[in-house]
Parts: sequence; C-alpha cells; structure tokens
Amino acid sequence: MVTKTAAQSATPTTTPTADGARQTTYREALREAHRDALKRDPRVFLMGEDVGRYGGSFAVSLGLLEEFGPERIRDAPLSESAFTGAGIGAALGGMRPIVEIMTVNFSLLALDQILNNAATLLHMSGGQLAVPLVVRMTTGAGRQLAAQHSHSLEGWYAHIPGLRVLAPATIEDARGMLWPALEDPDPVLIFEHGSLYNLAGTLPDGAAEVDISRAAIRRVGSDVTVIAYSGGLGKALAAADLLAAEGIQAEVIDLRVLRPLDDDTILGSVRRTHQVVIVDEGWRSGGLSAEIAARIAEQAFYDLDAPIERVCGAEVPIPYAKHMEEAALPQPADIVAAARRAVAPNG
Amino acid sequence: MTAIDKSHGTRHSVASQPPRRRASATEPSATTPTTLAPKPQTMTTATEPADLLRQMMRIRRFEEKCAELYSDTKIRGFLHLCIGEEATAVGVMSALAPSDAVISTYREHGHALARGLSMDSIMAEMFGKVTGCSRGRGGSMHLFDAERRFYGGNGIVAGGLPVALGLALADRMNARPNVTACLFGDGAMAEGEFHESANLAALWKLPVLFCCENNGYAMGTALARTHAETDLAARAASYGMVSWAVDGMDVEAVAEATRRAVAQIRGGGGPCFLELRTYRFRAHSMYDPDRYRDKSEIEQWKRADPIPALSGPLLSSGTLTEADLRRWSAEIDAEIEAAITAADQGELEPVADLTRFVTSEANPTGGPW
Repeated sequence: MVTKTAAQSATPTTTPTADGARQTTYREALREAHRDALKRDPRVFLMGEDVGRYGGSFAVSLGLLEEFGPERIRDAPLSESAFTGAGIGAALGGMRPIVEIMTVNFSLLALDQILNNAATLLHMSGGQLAVPLVVRMTTGAGRQLAAQHSHSLEGWYAHIPGLRVLAPATIEDARGMLWPALEDPDPVLIFEHGSLYNLAGTLPDGAAEVDISRAAIRRVGSDVTVIAYSGGLGKALAAADLLAAEGIQAEVIDLRVLRPLDDDTILGSVRRTHQVVIVDEGWRSGGLSAEIAARIAEQAFYDLDAPIERVCGAEVPIPYAKHMEEAALPQPADIVAAARRAVAPNG
Repeated sequence: MTAIDKSHGTRHSVASQPPRRRASATEPSATTPTTLAPKPQTMTTATEPADLLRQMMRIRRFEEKCAELYSDTKIRGFLHLCIGEEATAVGVMSALAPSDAVISTYREHGHALARGLSMDSIMAEMFGKVTGCSRGRGGSMHLFDAERRFYGGNGIVAGGLPVALGLALADRMNARPNVTACLFGDGAMAEGEFHESANLAALWKLPVLFCCENNGYAMGTALARTHAETDLAARAASYGMVSWAVDGMDVEAVAEATRRAVAQIRGGGGPCFLELRTYRFRAHSMYDPDRYRDKSEIEQWKRADPIPALSGPLLSSGTLTEADLRRWSAEIDAEIEAAITAADQGELEPVADLTRFVTSEANPTGGPW
C-alpha cells in the first residue's frame, strides 16, 4: 500500500516488468522489507531519530508512520544510547525491534549498549538472555559529508563476538536481509552504504528473503579474485569490466556478511584464481581487509601465486572537497592497478 | 504529577502525608539524609517488618561471609559489598511483583537475594561454578535469573538504564501491567545514559521505577565533588517525573515509597524516581583501601544501621524476642554453610564449552560461530 506521503516521495516508484520482476531502488527495497516485516510480525517495530514524521533521514521509512502508526514507528530523541539500549530491553521483553541509527559515526554514542549489552548478555548470563535485535545504520563516504558522517566503521563491529554484521550491496539484499535478520535470535547489525540508496535495478519477483550466512560470487572469473562489499562492490565490478577488456578475468566476491566471514567462499575462489585483491573502504590498519588477508595467508598460503593486494580507504579522516574525498576512497582504477600487479608474471 | 514544593525550593514531589522521621537518639548530622520518606502514619505493609528484618540479616551475614571467602581466595575478581545498604535492596524488592522486571548494578548481591535468587546459585556463581546462576560466566557483578526477571548486575555504570526502558516498553506494547525497576548508584547520575533514559522514559511515560541508591560516593569520589547539584531527586524531577527522596536506611520507608511509586506507575502515571539515601559501611570493593572518607563519618552512619534500627523497635514492642533473632541467625548461618558446601562441590564448566552462548544455540541462520 502506498500512502499519500510515500507517493510524494521524490524517489521513483516501483514498476513491474513483464516477467514479474520489478524496477526499483535500494531505498525502496529497504522500505518494502520494513513494510513486509511490520505486516508479518506484530512484534516488529522501528525506532530511531526521525524515522517517523520526517520519513527517515535517508527516506527509508517514508510513509511507514502513516501506515503503521506511532507505536510501531517510534521517533526517538537524539539519545543513541538510550534508544539502542531500549531496543535491547524490548528484545529481551519479547519484541523484535529494528533500531535505526542515522550514521555509523553516531553509533559510537551507542557503542556501550551494542558491545557491553547486546553482544555480551547471552554469554555473561550463561545462555539465559538472547537479544534478538536488529540495528540498521548508514555507512560510507562519497557524498562530500566530511569526516563525521562518512566513515566505514563496520570493520570495528565485525570484531565483536556475539554480533552478526551484514552489508547489503545489491537491491535484492536490501530487500531480503531484514527478515532473516529479525528471525536471528541474536543481535544483527545492517550497514547500508549511503551512496547506494539511489541505486536502481531489477528485483526478481518474490524476492523476500536471502541467506545471511554466505558471501556471493557476483562475477565468475579465473585469473584473480577481487573481494569487496557494500559500496565497494560496484567499483569492483566496474574494475572487472576494465580488466576483462585487457584479457584479465576477475572473479568478484561480495562478502555480504562481515561477521561471521564466509571463509569457504573466499578460500574456494582464491584456490581457483591464485591471486587476490581485497577492496575495503575502511582504513587499512587493523581493519577488515587485514582480517581477510590474514585468513587467506593462514589457510591458503600455498595456493597463492602473488602477494595479497589491498585497496583500502586512505588513512585520513574523510575530507570534504570532492577531489580529496575521491582520492581517499578505493576507485576502480586502483582496483585495476592492484589486479594487474597481482597477475603480473613474477609478481 | 509533580508538585512545587516551595519549602524545598525545587520542583519536587513529596508525599501528601508528613514524613515520619525515624526516632533515633543518635541522628547523624550533615552527611545524613534529609528524610522525605512518603511514609504514612497508618501503614499497611504487604510484607511484615519482621520479614524485612530477617531478609536484611540474611544479606548482611551472606556478604560478611563473602568477604571472608574472598580473603580465602574462594571468591575472586571484583567483589562489591552492600553492607549498610540492605534496606534499599529489601525495601524495593518487597514491593515488586514476580512479573515485574529488575535490572541492577555490580553491587547486587542484596538485590538478587531479595529478589529470590537462591543463595546456592549466587554462591556457586562467585565460586565460578557451572551451577552458578550465570554458569560461572558472570561472577559477583553479573548475577542473572531470567525466570525471576532479574536482568543482571550490570558492570557499566548506568548501562542498565536504557535496557530497563526497553523491558518496560515491551511490557507496555504487550499490555502487560508490569513495572521495570532499575537500580543504580549516585555515580550513574553523572552519566549521559541516566539523562537520556530519564528523558525518554518520561517522554514515553514508560512503566519504569528508577531507584537511585545514593550512598554518597561514586567509588571514592564524594557526591559534592562530582555533581554541581547534589539534590538528586530534584534533578530527576526536572525530567517531569514524580521523584521522592527517601531515607534509605529505613527499610519500611523504602518499601512504602516503592509501593506507592509502583502503584502510580502501574496505573499509567509514567516513570517514578526514588532517591534512596544510604551508605555503605565497607569499602567500594575488596581492592579499595578506603582512604577517601573519615572513619568518624562511617561510625556516624553505622549508628543509622538499618538492621538494629528495625530490630530495636520490634524487640521493644514484643513483636520479636532475642530468641527469635538467635534462631534466625542460626538458620541463616546454616543456609550459608550449605551454600558454601554446594558451591565447593559444584562442577566447573568444561573448557570445551568456552564458546557456547556467544550466539544462541538454536540459531536458524547458521550460528553459533
């Protein structure tokens, strides 16, 4: 049901195609996932800053307040710790809350609740208190929002036992990850890349749920494995096109799940291609790319024909100026260059 | 509804009945609480004073034994004793229903015992045994009992408050007439999480009872050295919730204040705040050399010890006899000895189970990992 407010959205409307698939956007797919979950389970509710009257700071929840009312679409004060902790308590009390935090940088104000309570209570209580909470937040750069709205800190969260960390990079995952995340008895963090909300594409008919335990091979290739996730996936696929023009066939893995990492898919690909490039918008030092590189080195060292390449965000706070921000982020040309180095004879 | 208490000079609710100061010849002075307990002259208690006394004696003796067991290295880690503060634990818990929820702090042995966790399960927890209430994974600071809706000792000051809001929200969204009581210390009121939670609870009129056990010290730092405004009840009232300061050394006053607050909350009146003015007779933890307060101050507060403060009148009135007290002491000692024996004999969890409960075992999506 499209409400009056939703109809006023500037985003394109969902259009069915002949085979039942639909043209839609990442944002609309997320909204549809919320609407579906709210209809399927009365325990589900959404809570966060500006999720109701405003329609969501990135318009994900536009129209949901009118459709589901203020009890289930709850505008919260600017109190990240309080409303995230309230999500934890509500989960303990039998609800299935979705907490929206505006950006990952703001989530640091709720880090105590996420780490010390959500991720910890089950173990600390000897298995008594599971926390079926979903926390969604925006991550990533590319919109000239400077150094306090642009960082990619999902790697930090992927460090924490007790959490499942998801990073939808496609419209299908934007649509399909929320419901299984709500079914997970433990806390799940979903990172939505800010530059993907307007991503347009086709959603297959009936796409409503996806596997939230596995990575996906988005492009098959035999020469080099390019591992990416979230906003990095599109860049990796663009790089693969450029590499194909040079005769280099890149296999592109979309991690999708940052914790627990799907070692099987990663290692299986590396064992076929023998070269690997890891793309991570987050910082290189102590980051997710380092963890993946370490696992490959630990488990597939003798399958490698070249050193592991990493293409990461520059180790700077993200700057505002467009040319500087672009320079700070992995770009397709950087991925192409890294892949060329990896496949070059004799390293 | 809050009322303007002009005599107090703050927006501050007080009971309609005049407060009754506990008769005491040795009323401590400046550091002693101003009693604003909403205690009516004719009180009908759900729990008899003698029961309250026995529960306080049980907590006191249990903790004295814990201190010994710490010295014997049976108990390790941090051990925070509430000796001197038993009236807050017993008073608050006496006014809650089994279906209400409780979330506590790292100084929670008294809360847990008064809530009904067995002494065996608490002692075994502190011995690190799998028979403990948290399978030995929590220790003294993290006692849990989901069945009794006891959502833990939380080791992060004010960290349990936002969770209390959510428990209350879930109850309200499901039309369950429960109250969530969260206990915390004066130190928590310097944390942002208190202020975020107080605002949100009042804004959403959540069924939360905020119980601030003000013992005058955040670890070793006196209230006045860390708070610009030391009237904690007045500060809570500024969020638009009913707020009372209560003599936390008077178990009946605490019980009565809690009963009234709970009735108001259950009636849909939104959150209430109780500032329970109390004092810990022992150091902050077993590591604390207690260099930051005068011995004379401790001695002065000991004269307001909640146990003799209640046993005295009960003996004088003939409600109890010395023989009753001796019998209780013997029963309590026997219970403690049995708990120690059981804890000693309890099994250690196999190391192979180390990674259990990081995620739920019945995880339809592929965990645990």
